[in-house]
Amino acid sequence: MRPGPGGCCCRRTVRANGCVANGEVRNGYVRTSAAAAAAASQIHHVTQNGGLYKRPFNEAFEETPMLVAVLTYVGYGVLTLFGYLRDFLRHWRIEKCHHATEREEQKKKKKKKKKKETKKKKKKKREMDFVSLYQDFENFYTRNLYMRIRDNWNRPICSVPGARVDIMERQSYDYNWSFKYTGNIIKGVINMGSYNYLGFARNTGSCQEAAAKILEEYGVGVCSTRQEIGNLDKHEELEELVARFLGVEAAMAYGMGFATNSMNIPALVGKGCLILSDELNHASLVLGARLSGATIRIFKHNNMQSLEKLLKDAIVYGQPRTRRPWKKILILVEGIYSMEGSIVRLPEVIALKKKYKAYLYLDEAHSIGALGPTGRGVVDYFGLDPEDVDVMMGTFTKSFGASGGYIGGKKELIDYLRTHSHSAVYATSLSPPVVEQIITSMKCIMGQDGTSLGKECVQQLAENTRYFRRRLKEMGFIIYGNEDSPVVPLMLYMPAKIGAFGREMLKRNIGVVVVGFPATPIIESRARFCLSAAHTKEILDTALKEIDEVGDLLQLKYSRHRLVPLLDRPFDETTYEETED
Amino acid sequence: MATATEQWVLVEMVQALYEAPAYHLILEGILILWIIRLLFSKTYKLQERSDLTVKEKEELIEEWQPEPLVPPVPKDHPALNYNIVSGPPSHKIVVNGKECINFASFNFLGLLDNPRVKAAALASLKKYGVGTCGPRGFYGTFDVHLDLEDRLAKFMKTEEAIIYSYGFATIASAIPAYSKRGDIVFVDRAACFAIQKGLQASRSDIKLFKHNDMADLERLLKEQEIEDQKNPRKARVTRRFIVVEGLYMNTGTICPLPELVKLKYKYKARIFLEESLSFGVLGEHGRGVTEHYGINIDDIDLISANMENALASIGGFCCGRSFVIDHQRLSGQGYCFSASLPPLLAAAAIEALNIMEENPGIFAVLKEKCRQIHKALQGISGLKVVGESLSPAFHLQLEESTGSREQDVRLLQEIVDQCMNRSIALTQARYLEKEEKCLPPPRVVSGLETSRFIWECRLEAAEELEKRVLRPGAKSGRLQESPPGSLNALLAWSAR
Repeated sequence: MRPGPGGCCCRRTVRANGCVANGEVRNGYVRTSAAAAAAASQIHHVTQNGGLYKRPFNEAFEETPMLVAVLTYVGYGVLTLFGYLRDFLRHWRIEKCHHATEREEQKKKKKKKKKKETKKKKKKKREMDFVSLYQDFENFYTRNLYMRIRDNWNRPICSVPGARVDIMERQSYDYNWSFKYTGNIIKGVINMGSYNYLGFARNTGSCQEAAAKILEEYGVGVCSTRQEIGNLDKHEELEELVARFLGVEAAMAYGMGFATNSMNIPALVGKGCLILSDELNHASLVLGARLSGATIRIFKHNNMQSLEKLLKDAIVYGQPRTRRPWKKILILVEGIYSMEGSIVRLPEVIALKKKYKAYLYLDEAHSIGALGPTGRGVVDYFGLDPEDVDVMMGTFTKSFGASGGYIGGKKELIDYLRTHSHSAVYATSLSPPVVEQIITSMKCIMGQDGTSLGKECVQQLAENTRYFRRRLKEMGFIIYGNEDSPVVPLMLYMPAKIGAFGREMLKRNIGVVVVGFPATPIIESRARFCLSAAHTKEILDTALKEIDEVGDLLQLKYSRHRLVPLLDRPFDETTYEETED
Repeated sequence: MATATEQWVLVEMVQALYEAPAYHLILEGILILWIIRLLFSKTYKLQERSDLTVKEKEELIEEWQPEPLVPPVPKDHPALNYNIVSGPPSHKIVVNGKECINFASFNFLGLLDNPRVKAAALASLKKYGVGTCGPRGFYGTFDVHLDLEDRLAKFMKTEEAIIYSYGFATIASAIPAYSKRGDIVFVDRAACFAIQKGLQASRSDIKLFKHNDMADLERLLKEQEIEDQKNPRKARVTRRFIVVEGLYMNTGTICPLPELVKLKYKYKARIFLEESLSFGVLGEHGRGVTEHYGINIDDIDLISANMENALASIGGFCCGRSFVIDHQRLSGQGYCFSASLPPLLAAAAIEALNIMEENPGIFAVLKEKCRQIHKALQGISGLKVVGESLSPAFHLQLEESTGSREQDVRLLQEIVDQCMNRSIALTQARYLEKEEKCLPPPRVVSGLETSRFIWECRLEAAEELEKRVLRPGAKSGRLQESPPGSLNALLAWSAR
């Protein structure tokens, strides 16, 4: 199935017949030849707006094989049963309880415990006790499922989060309830987890020097808010630069990316307004939307038909019950979705937004710097006009190797935010050395530092992305998302494989991120790689070799359509498997 | 007998049926059908189907005009043009090109430009770079973060501490991690904006009590108890929280913690304490309001504070027992979903803690200075100082409001401007007037710092401030006749 010139395709291939055994492909599957796939594929929201795209838009979410899905559910079932069993054992003190407990004075007292009766004697009447802080089922998942594989998260590091990173070795003697640091450091672990897209997380070079200079001059804190007396000249300089970088009239910077969303959306919309939000939007957008008091409706992930239907219905039918027309409609989308690796269909979103007079809030947390020929994010990637996006939001945490967030847009918007943003009024402003890091890294991307370093980084990242994604697909993994997205989710599905993959990779000196429920749908557990311009070809090849090995070991190669390796690469038998029609 | 009669009637009827003429039967049949039809048919016609045609829909879409994304901001909006500070915001500050003595930052301990703090931050910067490039869960946990958490827990004498990368997000994330829909939160009316947002995010039932009024709180708790007795099953799963601030950001007053703890055990509600202003200020060692009152810190379920005031870094932390705090590592939204604190800021906070631990004397110095300034600021005509004498943030408020908030703000702004002209940087406390639950009256906030080197010049400045600015009458003699609080006089003066 070949996308037409300038067209786009997004497909989920359905199974024709046959079965999958342990993730290996047997015969009976539709091979992804043009004719067969077109006949058997379920075409998901292929758009009629192919003309809007200036480049092919290839995004794939291969359907979960049925057997894998069933086994995954069975896996969770077994885990849950064991969880109940162990809870039962803990309750009767047969198994030792490792978790922290409520303070004795505040415990919900049970009638059986005699020793506490004395305390209670003072009160004649049987009084109410403290209501337990957590509901039992609330922590069931944490206690019985998460705890088994907890060692895959929060791994402490003790170096720059660059292409390679030093991880502090830790060990648990009580089944992950607590960790002891052995004092050893695992050196030079290949870092596939940090959002260091352009490789600006460095402790040497111009950014670090500039930041150090400002640190010595200004100190680290500000001790006031922007509106009071925490508005430094550096902040103004940064905002002016961000506006130029984005190609918008004005911009404003905030101290935390998460708070940029959650504290500014309420300033923009309120009661009587409608928010249309992608179902996979980040927690900060969801929180901001909730805090705003506006009505929230969810459209299917990156699905333009769903969005258009909601827009149409909203305008035609107005607010529920009162039937008044909506005051305004705000569409919330992200540039790159950090768990799916998909890129927003921005040309279509903009077309819809114009057609229905809605406003667009674009969160470029992961895409700014990481996409587009000049690193200006998803707008640049599609070759669109930044004027068409009403609110351009992004963070400095990822590509710029700093922290904080920004909002860019028209002068009126920024003026309004300067006066009404919760963040400007109540929150401490950005730390000066952090500001300086952003300024120098941004200037570098813009080429204002007199080198072509920034441009090379952007290109390197794009190359790394294409190469890494293609190789993984050739190996037969199910990889989600857009072929240009530096966020690469590799599907693991089964709960046991989450832990196994993370550990096996660390054993092979590669740090990866694994995610499961509740960050993903229950059966779609995955590993996620974040590519970086700092990754060299050698690093990527090493990582790919190990992933391939672990993939075989854990039988993760679920994909039923194999890519034929491109001819410009030496023939590699590990990545090539003929499938029969 | 009865059965015989019945039978007879039945026979009669059947016979009559046979004998009846056909037209009669047909007529009756039609009548019966008619009745059935009447019974089952609706007597009125349903409204015409109201489905819109495609064309009508298009017209509606064409017609709809949304409001602009943001309303225009008037050019003279008091908050539109920020003061620009060039250079570091330390005790000498250059505001809009004019060098002033800084009375406006919350740099209480003077740690902002402390060379030791800077050196620690610099060392960290050289080791780790600036950003962390990830949330705590995904390779964003640095050894410095673990150290800082450890140090904070030790300093506060609690089991565990958790750090956030943004002060505002700390309490705003902590509250919704515990309090869910259906739970009840008792909260002081004067609670700061971060608490308000946290409560809003939690979607719990919020009960406001009068500022620092324990009788009012007890009344609400009692009401709730009566309510609970009506529905004990629900009460057993309804968590109760009391959310208070140690030193109120909006009023400068201290919460009556001992009474609160009593109420906590009496009514079984957990206490969340926000200590952003009191941490590093109150108590013999700067541990905040618990130390100030000598209360066992374990009696407070959760303490949250930011590291942006006394510690002069960025970020915030929560501390308490592991049973409580650990929950946030998976449920605190601002913790899980945000990039972690840049290591250099964490290193700065550690060094600041070191300094606090090494020099416990600074807290007494700070207190003494607060008391002096508080005294010095008393009895200024037209202005009154609100809040506790040991609060390092002074709130100057108009003794009598002019009646309109706008006017008050303008008047206070003129005072601030005048002070600025005389090289004293003050600031008005800013609020989002429409968003605040209980909007505090406009006021000037001034932060005080305790750095030993600058104390003399600072006290001088305070006297200056008192003499020249806030008590203009003392010099001009003209205002002395006017009664204290005469706004006209102040206005006349500030207009000069």
